[in-house]
Amino acid sequence: MTTEQDPDWAALLLAVRDHADTVAFGLLFRHFAPRVKAFLKKSGAGDALAEECAQDVMATLWQKAHLFDPSRASVATWVFTIARNRRIDALRKSRRPEPEDLPWGPEAEPDQAEALEMQQESRRLGEALAQLPEKQRALIERAYFGDLSHSEIAAETGLPLGTIKSRIRLALERLRHQMS
Amino acid sequence: MTIRHHLSDSLLMAYSAGTLPEAFSLVVATHISLCDECRARLMSFDALGGALIEDETVDLTGSSADAIMARITGLPQASRPQAARPARSLLPGPLRDYVGGDLAAVKWRPIGMGVRQAILPTSRDASARLLYIPAGQAVPDHGHRGMELTLVLQGAFRDSEDRFGPGDLEIATEDLQHTPVAEAGADCICLAATDAPLRFNGLIPRIAQSFFRI
Repeated sequence: MTTEQDPDWAALLLAVRDHADTVAFGLLFRHFAPRVKAFLKKSGAGDALAEECAQDVMATLWQKAHLFDPSRASVATWVFTIARNRRIDALRKSRRPEPEDLPWGPEAEPDQAEALEMQQESRRLGEALAQLPEKQRALIERAYFGDLSHSEIAAETGLPLGTIKSRIRLALERLRHQMS
Repeated sequence: MTIRHHLSDSLLMAYSAGTLPEAFSLVVATHISLCDECRARLMSFDALGGALIEDETVDLTGSSADAIMARITGLPQASRPQAARPARSLLPGPLRDYVGGDLAAVKWRPIGMGVRQAILPTSRDASARLLYIPAGQAVPDHGHRGMELTLVLQGAFRDSEDRFGPGDLEIATEDLQHTPVAEAGADCICLAATDAPLRFNGLIPRIAQSFFRI
Protein backbone atom coordinates (compact mmCIF):
# COMPACT_ATOMS: atom_id res chain seq x y z
CA MET A 1 0.00 0.00 0.00
CA THR A 2 1.32 3.40 -0.91
CA THR A 3 1.13 5.76 2.03
CA GLU A 4 1.64 9.46 2.59
CA GLN A 5 5.07 8.71 4.04
CA ASP A 6 6.41 7.00 0.96
CA PRO A 7 9.18 8.79 -0.91
CA ASP A 8 8.18 10.53 -4.12
CA TRP A 9 8.96 7.64 -6.46
CA ALA A 10 8.29 9.71 -9.57
CA ALA A 11 10.84 12.33 -8.48
CA LEU A 12 13.40 9.58 -7.85
CA LEU A 13 12.82 8.03 -11.25
CA LEU A 14 13.15 11.46 -12.90
CA ALA A 15 16.52 11.81 -11.11
CA VAL A 16 17.52 8.47 -12.65
CA ARG A 17 16.26 9.67 -16.02
CA ASP A 18 17.82 13.11 -16.01
CA HIS A 19 20.98 12.65 -13.90
CA ALA A 20 21.73 8.89 -13.93
CA ASP A 21 21.35 9.16 -10.13
CA THR A 22 22.49 5.83 -8.63
CA VAL A 23 21.36 6.72 -5.09
CA ALA A 24 17.83 7.35 -6.34
CA PHE A 25 18.04 4.11 -8.30
CA GLY A 26 19.08 2.21 -5.16
CA LEU A 27 15.98 3.47 -3.32
CA LEU A 28 13.73 2.49 -6.22
CA PHE A 29 15.36 -0.94 -6.32
CA ARG A 30 14.83 -1.53 -2.59
CA HIS A 31 11.15 -0.73 -2.89
CA PHE A 32 10.19 -2.22 -6.25
CA ALA A 33 12.46 -5.24 -6.79
CA PRO A 34 10.85 -7.29 -3.94
CA ARG A 35 7.43 -6.39 -5.37
CA VAL A 36 8.38 -7.42 -8.89
CA LYS A 37 9.76 -10.68 -7.52
CA ALA A 38 6.48 -11.32 -5.67
CA PHE A 39 4.53 -10.59 -8.88
CA LEU A 40 6.64 -13.09 -10.84
CA LYS A 41 6.31 -15.76 -8.16
CA LYS A 42 2.54 -15.32 -7.97
CA SER A 43 2.48 -15.69 -11.74
CA GLY A 44 4.11 -19.10 -11.43
CA ALA A 45 7.86 -18.44 -11.64
CA GLY A 46 10.23 -20.31 -9.32
CA ASP A 47 12.36 -18.35 -6.84
CA ALA A 48 15.50 -18.23 -9.00
CA LEU A 49 13.66 -17.18 -12.17
CA ALA A 50 11.63 -14.57 -10.25
CA GLU A 51 14.83 -13.12 -8.79
CA GLU A 52 16.50 -13.03 -12.21
CA CYS A 53 13.45 -11.36 -13.79
CA ALA A 54 13.27 -8.78 -10.99
CA GLN A 55 16.89 -7.88 -11.73
CA ASP A 56 16.12 -7.62 -15.45
CA VAL A 57 13.08 -5.41 -14.82
CA MET A 58 15.12 -3.03 -12.65
CA ALA A 59 17.92 -2.91 -15.23
CA THR A 60 15.27 -2.01 -17.83
CA LEU A 61 14.01 0.75 -15.53
CA TRP A 62 17.56 2.17 -15.49
CA GLN A 63 18.05 1.89 -19.23
CA LYS A 64 14.64 3.09 -20.36
CA ALA A 65 13.95 5.75 -17.74
CA HIS A 66 13.61 8.25 -20.62
CA LEU A 67 10.29 6.59 -21.51
CA PHE A 68 8.76 7.34 -18.10
CA ASP A 69 6.17 10.12 -18.18
CA PRO A 70 4.85 10.99 -14.70
CA SER A 71 1.67 12.55 -16.12
CA ARG A 72 0.67 9.26 -17.77
CA ALA A 73 1.54 6.70 -15.12
CA SER A 74 2.74 6.23 -11.59
CA VAL A 75 6.10 4.50 -11.13
CA ALA A 76 4.29 1.39 -9.84
CA THR A 77 2.20 1.29 -13.01
CA TRP A 78 5.24 1.70 -15.21
CA VAL A 79 7.12 -1.00 -13.31
CA PHE A 80 4.09 -3.26 -13.64
CA THR A 81 4.10 -2.92 -17.45
CA ILE A 82 7.82 -3.77 -17.63
CA ALA A 83 7.36 -6.74 -15.28
CA ARG A 84 4.37 -7.98 -17.26
CA ASN A 85 6.34 -7.86 -20.51
CA ARG A 86 9.25 -9.67 -18.88
CA ARG A 87 6.84 -12.33 -17.62
CA ILE A 88 5.41 -12.84 -21.12
CA ASP A 89 8.95 -13.37 -22.46
CA ALA A 90 10.07 -15.63 -19.64
CA LEU A 91 6.98 -17.72 -18.91
CA ARG A 92 4.78 -17.63 -21.99
CA LYS A 93 7.51 -17.18 -24.59
CA SER A 94 5.16 -15.26 -26.84
CA ARG A 95 4.83 -11.73 -28.17
CA ARG A 96 2.52 -8.95 -27.10
CA PRO A 97 2.18 -6.32 -29.85
CA GLU A 98 2.16 -2.77 -28.43
CA PRO A 99 -0.02 0.13 -29.61
CA GLU A 100 1.58 2.82 -31.73
CA ASP A 101 3.23 5.46 -29.57
CA LEU A 102 1.52 8.80 -29.49
CA PRO A 103 3.47 11.40 -31.43
CA TRP A 104 4.30 13.53 -28.39
CA GLY A 105 7.36 15.65 -28.70
CA PRO A 106 9.76 17.16 -26.17
CA GLU A 107 7.49 20.20 -26.19
CA ALA A 108 4.90 18.01 -24.48
CA GLU A 109 6.98 17.74 -21.29
CA PRO A 110 4.20 17.45 -18.69
CA ASP A 111 3.81 20.12 -16.07
CA GLN A 112 4.23 19.26 -12.42
CA ALA A 113 0.61 19.76 -11.45
CA GLU A 114 -0.49 17.12 -13.94
CA ALA A 115 2.14 14.68 -12.74
CA LEU A 116 1.10 15.26 -9.13
CA GLU A 117 -2.55 14.71 -9.95
CA MET A 118 -1.72 11.42 -11.66
CA GLN A 119 0.28 10.21 -8.65
CA GLN A 120 -2.57 11.14 -6.29
CA GLU A 121 -5.07 9.39 -8.48
CA SER A 122 -2.90 6.28 -8.40
CA ARG A 123 -2.90 6.41 -4.62
CA ARG A 124 -6.69 6.66 -4.55
CA LEU A 125 -6.90 3.65 -6.86
CA GLY A 126 -4.69 1.68 -4.47
CA GLU A 127 -6.95 2.64 -1.58
CA ALA A 128 -10.08 1.65 -3.49
CA LEU A 129 -8.49 -1.70 -4.28
CA ALA A 130 -7.59 -2.28 -0.64
CA GLN A 131 -11.19 -1.64 0.41
CA LEU A 132 -12.74 -4.16 -1.95
CA PRO A 133 -14.40 -7.25 -0.51
CA GLU A 134 -11.93 -10.12 -0.46
CA LYS A 135 -13.74 -12.08 -3.16
CA GLN A 136 -13.70 -9.23 -5.69
CA ARG A 137 -10.11 -8.44 -4.96
CA ALA A 138 -9.14 -12.08 -5.48
CA LEU A 139 -10.78 -12.00 -8.92
CA ILE A 140 -8.69 -9.05 -10.03
CA GLU A 141 -5.54 -10.66 -8.65
CA ARG A 142 -6.21 -13.89 -10.50
CA ALA A 143 -6.72 -11.98 -13.75
CA TYR A 144 -3.47 -10.05 -13.36
CA PHE A 145 -1.37 -12.95 -12.11
CA GLY A 146 -2.37 -14.90 -15.22
CA ASP A 147 -4.76 -17.40 -13.62
CA LEU A 148 -7.79 -16.35 -15.66
CA SER A 149 -8.08 -16.61 -19.43
CA HIS A 150 -9.88 -13.90 -21.37
CA SER A 151 -13.07 -15.95 -21.63
CA GLU A 152 -12.98 -16.58 -17.88
CA ILE A 153 -12.63 -12.86 -17.24
CA ALA A 154 -15.50 -12.20 -19.67
CA ALA A 155 -17.70 -14.69 -17.82
CA GLU A 156 -17.16 -12.93 -14.47
CA THR A 157 -19.97 -10.56 -13.71
CA GLY A 158 -18.62 -9.49 -10.32
CA LEU A 159 -15.57 -7.59 -11.55
CA PRO A 160 -15.49 -4.34 -9.56
CA LEU A 161 -14.47 -2.08 -12.41
CA GLY A 162 -16.13 0.97 -10.88
CA THR A 163 -12.84 1.47 -9.02
CA ILE A 164 -11.13 2.54 -12.23
CA LYS A 165 -13.92 4.52 -13.87
CA SER A 166 -12.89 7.92 -12.50
CA ARG A 167 -9.33 7.19 -13.50
CA ILE A 168 -10.41 6.51 -17.07
CA ARG A 169 -11.92 9.99 -17.28
CA LEU A 170 -8.70 11.50 -15.95
CA ALA A 171 -6.55 9.56 -18.42
CA LEU A 172 -8.77 10.59 -21.32
CA GLU A 173 -8.61 14.26 -20.37
CA ARG A 174 -4.85 13.96 -20.14
CA LEU A 175 -4.60 12.37 -23.59
CA ARG A 176 -6.78 15.03 -25.18
CA HIS A 177 -4.82 17.78 -23.48
CA GLN A 178 -1.47 16.39 -24.56
CA MET A 179 -2.59 15.68 -28.10
CA SER A 180 -4.02 19.14 -28.65
CA MET B 1 -12.72 8.78 -37.47
CA THR B 2 -15.77 8.26 -35.29
CA ILE B 3 -15.46 4.93 -33.56
CA ARG B 4 -18.69 3.46 -32.21
CA HIS B 5 -17.70 -0.11 -31.35
CA HIS B 6 -14.95 -0.43 -28.77
CA LEU B 7 -12.93 -3.01 -26.89
CA SER B 8 -14.70 -4.76 -23.99
CA ASP B 9 -13.47 -4.44 -20.40
CA SER B 10 -12.55 -8.12 -20.38
CA LEU B 11 -10.37 -7.77 -23.50
CA LEU B 12 -8.65 -4.70 -22.07
CA MET B 13 -8.04 -6.40 -18.74
CA ALA B 14 -6.62 -9.55 -20.36
CA TYR B 15 -4.43 -7.44 -22.66
CA SER B 16 -3.20 -5.40 -19.70
CA ALA B 17 -2.53 -8.58 -17.73
CA GLY B 18 -0.65 -9.98 -20.73
CA THR B 19 -2.71 -13.16 -21.04
CA LEU B 20 -4.33 -12.77 -24.47
CA PRO B 21 -3.23 -14.94 -27.39
CA GLU B 22 -0.89 -12.99 -29.67
CA ALA B 23 -3.45 -12.71 -32.51
CA PHE B 24 -6.00 -11.04 -30.18
CA SER B 25 -3.30 -8.78 -28.72
CA LEU B 26 -2.55 -7.62 -32.27
CA VAL B 27 -6.20 -6.59 -32.77
CA VAL B 28 -6.28 -4.82 -29.39
CA ALA B 29 -3.01 -2.97 -30.06
CA THR B 30 -4.22 -1.94 -33.52
CA HIS B 31 -7.57 -0.66 -32.23
CA ILE B 32 -5.87 1.31 -29.44
CA SER B 33 -3.55 2.88 -32.01
CA LEU B 34 -6.71 4.35 -33.59
CA CYS B 35 -8.83 5.03 -30.48
CA ASP B 36 -7.96 7.50 -27.70
CA GLU B 37 -10.86 6.37 -25.57
CA CYS B 38 -9.65 2.78 -25.42
CA ARG B 39 -6.08 4.00 -24.93
CA ALA B 40 -7.22 5.88 -21.83
CA ARG B 41 -9.12 2.83 -20.62
CA LEU B 42 -6.01 0.69 -21.09
CA MET B 43 -3.94 3.20 -19.09
CA SER B 44 -6.43 2.71 -16.26
CA PHE B 45 -6.24 -1.08 -16.43
CA ASP B 46 -2.44 -0.82 -16.34
CA ALA B 47 -2.80 1.40 -13.26
CA LEU B 48 -4.82 -1.38 -11.66
CA GLY B 49 -1.87 -3.71 -12.28
CA GLY B 50 0.41 -1.09 -10.73
CA ALA B 51 -1.78 -0.87 -7.62
CA LEU B 52 -1.73 -4.67 -7.31
CA ILE B 53 2.05 -5.04 -7.39
CA GLU B 54 2.40 -2.45 -4.63
CA ASP B 55 0.87 -4.87 -2.17
CA GLU B 56 3.18 -7.82 -1.80
CA THR B 57 6.88 -8.33 -1.42
CA VAL B 58 9.21 -11.33 -1.46
CA ASP B 59 12.70 -11.15 0.02
CA LEU B 60 15.50 -10.83 -2.48
CA THR B 61 18.66 -12.93 -2.20
CA GLY B 62 21.37 -11.33 -0.08
CA SER B 63 23.59 -10.36 -3.00
CA SER B 64 20.76 -8.86 -5.05
CA ALA B 65 21.40 -5.18 -4.36
CA ASP B 66 25.14 -5.51 -5.05
CA ALA B 67 24.44 -7.42 -8.24
CA ILE B 68 22.09 -4.75 -9.63
CA MET B 69 24.42 -1.87 -8.78
CA ALA B 70 27.29 -3.68 -10.53
CA ARG B 71 25.02 -4.35 -13.49
CA ILE B 72 23.90 -0.76 -14.03
CA THR B 73 27.35 0.72 -13.50
CA GLY B 74 28.41 1.72 -16.96
CA LEU B 75 25.14 0.47 -18.45
CA PRO B 76 24.19 3.14 -20.99
CA GLN B 77 20.83 4.84 -20.67
CA ALA B 78 18.88 5.40 -23.85
CA SER B 79 18.22 9.05 -24.60
CA ARG B 80 14.90 10.73 -25.01
CA PRO B 81 13.52 10.06 -28.49
CA GLN B 82 12.78 12.99 -30.76
CA ALA B 83 9.20 13.52 -31.75
CA ALA B 84 8.63 11.61 -34.93
CA ARG B 85 5.18 11.81 -36.38
CA PRO B 86 5.14 8.93 -38.81
CA ALA B 87 3.67 9.56 -42.23
CA ARG B 88 0.01 8.63 -42.11
CA SER B 89 -0.52 5.17 -43.47
CA LEU B 90 -3.57 2.96 -43.59
CA LEU B 91 -2.06 0.28 -41.37
CA PRO B 92 -1.36 1.32 -37.77
CA GLY B 93 2.13 0.61 -36.37
CA PRO B 94 1.58 -2.80 -34.74
CA LEU B 95 0.00 -4.11 -37.93
CA ARG B 96 2.79 -2.73 -40.12
CA ASP B 97 5.24 -4.75 -37.99
CA TYR B 98 3.41 -7.97 -38.87
CA VAL B 99 2.89 -7.13 -42.55
CA GLY B 100 6.44 -5.86 -42.98
CA GLY B 101 5.27 -2.58 -44.50
CA ASP B 102 2.10 -0.72 -45.38
CA LEU B 103 -0.85 -1.95 -47.43
CA ALA B 104 1.25 -2.37 -50.60
CA ALA B 105 3.39 -5.00 -48.79
CA VAL B 106 0.43 -7.31 -47.97
CA LYS B 107 0.69 -10.68 -49.71
CA TRP B 108 -2.96 -11.25 -50.60
CA ARG B 109 -4.33 -14.63 -51.65
CA PRO B 110 -7.71 -14.95 -53.34
CA ILE B 111 -10.25 -17.11 -51.48
CA GLY B 112 -13.14 -16.78 -53.92
CA MET B 113 -15.82 -14.25 -54.89
CA GLY B 114 -13.22 -11.50 -55.03
CA VAL B 115 -12.44 -11.86 -51.33
CA ARG B 116 -8.72 -11.97 -50.50
CA GLN B 117 -6.89 -12.75 -47.30
CA ALA B 118 -3.39 -12.62 -45.86
CA ILE B 119 -2.61 -14.76 -42.81
CA LEU B 120 -0.31 -13.02 -40.35
CA PRO B 121 2.39 -14.88 -38.42
CA THR B 122 1.28 -15.26 -34.78
CA SER B 123 1.46 -17.95 -32.12
CA ARG B 124 -0.89 -20.86 -32.82
CA ASP B 125 -3.34 -20.41 -29.93
CA ALA B 126 -5.27 -18.04 -32.21
CA SER B 127 -4.90 -16.85 -35.80
CA ALA B 128 -4.93 -13.38 -37.35
CA ARG B 129 -5.57 -12.40 -40.94
CA LEU B 130 -6.23 -9.39 -43.09
CA LEU B 131 -9.38 -9.63 -45.19
CA TYR B 132 -10.09 -7.69 -48.37
CA ILE B 133 -13.77 -7.67 -49.28
CA PRO B 134 -14.84 -5.87 -52.48
CA ALA B 135 -17.53 -3.25 -51.92
CA GLY B 136 -20.97 -4.84 -51.94
CA GLN B 137 -19.61 -8.38 -51.52
CA ALA B 138 -20.77 -10.76 -48.75
CA VAL B 139 -18.49 -12.98 -46.69
CA PRO B 140 -20.05 -16.51 -46.58
CA ASP B 141 -22.56 -17.09 -43.80
CA HIS B 142 -20.64 -18.39 -40.80
CA GLY B 143 -20.79 -19.05 -37.09
CA HIS B 144 -18.00 -19.28 -34.54
CA ARG B 145 -16.80 -21.96 -32.19
CA GLY B 146 -14.68 -19.57 -30.21
CA MET B 147 -14.34 -15.82 -30.33
CA GLU B 148 -13.78 -13.74 -33.46
CA LEU B 149 -12.60 -10.13 -33.39
CA THR B 150 -13.01 -8.07 -36.56
CA LEU B 151 -11.50 -4.59 -36.79
CA VAL B 152 -12.35 -2.41 -39.80
CA LEU B 153 -9.39 -0.55 -41.32
CA GLN B 154 -11.06 0.80 -44.47
CA GLY B 155 -14.61 0.81 -45.85
CA ALA B 156 -17.42 -0.66 -43.77
CA PHE B 157 -19.51 -3.79 -43.37
CA ARG B 158 -22.95 -4.58 -42.03
CA ASP B 159 -24.34 -7.72 -40.49
CA SER B 160 -27.41 -8.64 -38.47
CA GLU B 161 -25.92 -6.77 -35.48
CA ASP B 162 -24.97 -3.35 -36.78
CA ARG B 163 -22.79 -1.31 -39.13
CA PHE B 164 -19.03 -1.33 -38.59
CA GLY B 165 -16.89 1.44 -40.06
CA PRO B 166 -13.19 2.36 -39.83
CA GLY B 167 -11.79 1.72 -36.34
CA ASP B 168 -14.89 -0.20 -35.22
CA LEU B 169 -14.42 -3.60 -33.62
CA GLU B 170 -16.95 -6.42 -33.74
CA ILE B 171 -16.64 -9.01 -30.97
CA ALA B 172 -18.39 -12.20 -32.13
CA THR B 173 -18.87 -15.21 -29.89
CA GLU B 174 -20.51 -18.59 -30.29
CA ASP B 175 -24.01 -17.10 -30.26
CA LEU B 176 -23.51 -15.06 -33.41
CA GLN B 177 -24.34 -16.50 -36.83
CA HIS B 178 -23.74 -13.76 -39.34
CA THR B 179 -23.22 -12.83 -42.97
CA PRO B 180 -21.14 -9.68 -43.05
CA VAL B 181 -21.67 -7.63 -46.22
CA ALA B 182 -19.21 -4.96 -47.34
CA GLU B 183 -20.93 -1.62 -47.97
CA ALA B 184 -20.97 0.02 -51.36
CA GLY B 185 -18.22 2.59 -51.78
CA ALA B 186 -14.67 1.77 -50.74
CA ASP B 187 -13.61 -1.87 -50.65
CA CYS B 188 -13.56 -3.15 -47.08
CA ILE B 189 -10.28 -4.11 -45.40
CA CYS B 190 -10.43 -5.75 -41.98
CA LEU B 191 -8.12 -7.33 -39.45
CA ALA B 192 -9.73 -10.49 -38.07
CA ALA B 193 -8.57 -12.85 -35.32
CA THR B 194 -10.14 -16.03 -34.04
CA ASP B 195 -9.23 -18.72 -31.53
CA ALA B 196 -11.15 -21.47 -33.37
CA PRO B 197 -11.84 -22.24 -37.02
CA LEU B 198 -14.90 -20.48 -38.41
CA ARG B 199 -17.93 -22.65 -39.11
CA PHE B 200 -19.29 -22.16 -42.62
CA ASN B 201 -22.78 -23.35 -43.44
CA GLY B 202 -22.58 -24.28 -47.13
CA LEU B 203 -20.71 -27.31 -48.51
CA ILE B 204 -18.51 -25.36 -50.95
CA PRO B 205 -17.25 -22.89 -48.34
CA ARG B 206 -16.47 -25.86 -46.08
CA ILE B 207 -14.31 -27.45 -48.77
CA ALA B 208 -12.69 -24.11 -49.50
CA GLN B 209 -12.05 -23.71 -45.79
CA SER B 210 -9.87 -26.80 -45.66
CA PHE B 211 -7.78 -25.38 -48.51
CA PHE B 212 -7.48 -21.84 -47.35
CA ARG B 213 -7.29 -22.24 -43.57
CA ILE B 214 -10.00 -19.67 -42.94
